[in-house]
Amino acid sequence: MSIKLFLLLVQACGWTIVISVTSIVLGLALGTMVSAAMLSSHRLLSLAGRTFVSFFRGAPLLVQLLLIYNLLPMLGLNVPSMVAAIVGLSLCTAAYQAENLRGGFASVPTGLLEAADMLGLTPLQQFWRIRAPIALRMTLPALTNEAIMILKASSLVSVVGVIELTRMAQDLSASTFKPLPLFAAAALLYLVINGLVATGAQALERSFRWGSKA
Amino acid sequence: MKFDLDLIVSLAPELLRAAGLTLTTWLGGALAALVLGFAVALGRRYGPRFLDSALRAYVEVIRGTPFLIQLFLLYYGGPFIGLSLDPVPAGLLGLAVYGAAYFSEIFRAGFESVPHGHVEAGECLGLDRAQIVKRILIPEMTMLVLPPTVNMLIVLLKETAVLSIITVPELTFQISAIGSEKYAFVEAMFLLACFYWGLVELCGRLGRTAEARLSRYRFANT
Repeated sequence: MSIKLFLLLVQACGWTIVISVTSIVLGLALGTMVSAAMLSSHRLLSLAGRTFVSFFRGAPLLVQLLLIYNLLPMLGLNVPSMVAAIVGLSLCTAAYQAENLRGGFASVPTGLLEAADMLGLTPLQQFWRIRAPIALRMTLPALTNEAIMILKASSLVSVVGVIELTRMAQDLSASTFKPLPLFAAAALLYLVINGLVATGAQALERSFRWGSKA
Repeated sequence: MKFDLDLIVSLAPELLRAAGLTLTTWLGGALAALVLGFAVALGRRYGPRFLDSALRAYVEVIRGTPFLIQLFLLYYGGPFIGLSLDPVPAGLLGLAVYGAAYFSEIFRAGFESVPHGHVEAGECLGLDRAQIVKRILIPEMTMLVLPPTVNMLIVLLKETAVLSIITVPELTFQISAIGSEKYAFVEAMFLLACFYWGLVELCGRLGRTAEARLSRYRFANT
């Protein structure tokens, strides 16, 4: 395989990373809201949250992506396939992250929240200064796992026509008739990205632990 | 969208066959993955060091790359190294190789959870390695490995949908084809999602029931 082909694959990695990172961040925001709904004392709200999580964790991501990719235009939203892919991945990861965050938020000691109440912190301040940092620290290892899952799952958006790493390898192997080296190179690139994420997350976890000691 | 009962009745045999293929590839692939995963875990525990390193590399590569890429390598790359497979066997092999990596890690953690003293006690009593695995390791780790094993079975069920991309005529493949043919793709995909959802929920329930049963047995005897 020539250097030129490999560089094309490396370029396509950029899209894989952009799609994954955007989905993880959007999924974290949506997942926080869903986990709040699940933990809510309002019956209907918690049922809605649990149904959301159950559905998006229960159906295969590929089917979800095909559904969303074809559903959006039906609703009058003619968005590029890239956007549909990000919406699909975000909804799916939101469900997994909501389940993780639910545990994190539930583990915030009530004493801390009572203390915050005494100090006159508003609910919003309590969320940003107490609940969110503790929940995030608790769920960081799960979040790392989820990030790696999404990086791998992003290969499925190739079926809705987004030219990311997998699709690039597919297109190049169709035009060069060299599937073996191209898919092997793509696999290697996924390994490298995931390795970097895992290493970075370990460093982040360590610094978080120092932060909590200080 | 109008509900067309005749259409569904006329498609019923085809859909049933596709659903059957989804279930058989899932169960067949999962069973092979369980056996292979157990063998990998045993190889890493009892095999020589180079075997442990080789198996570890296999596990890391499989767990670090997307299932779809593995399938492409197998299905499109395979013929270049003399491994020409039809879609269904390629899918089964892909599921087995993929699942085995994850199962082997589950079993490895299970082996490690068994206290050393129990294994040593078995050795003192003159049990051989196979007996120790069968009589001590497996019974003691069952409770611990059951939840992640059920979880992985569910993951594998959902991964069978990916086999449609290498043209395995399972449910996702057939329903996409029918959906586009009848101009009812979104409805078809929604029903398909609900089918998997129901099956996944059912598996989760069964897993929890099995767990409750097993733990009752265990605690009744201690």
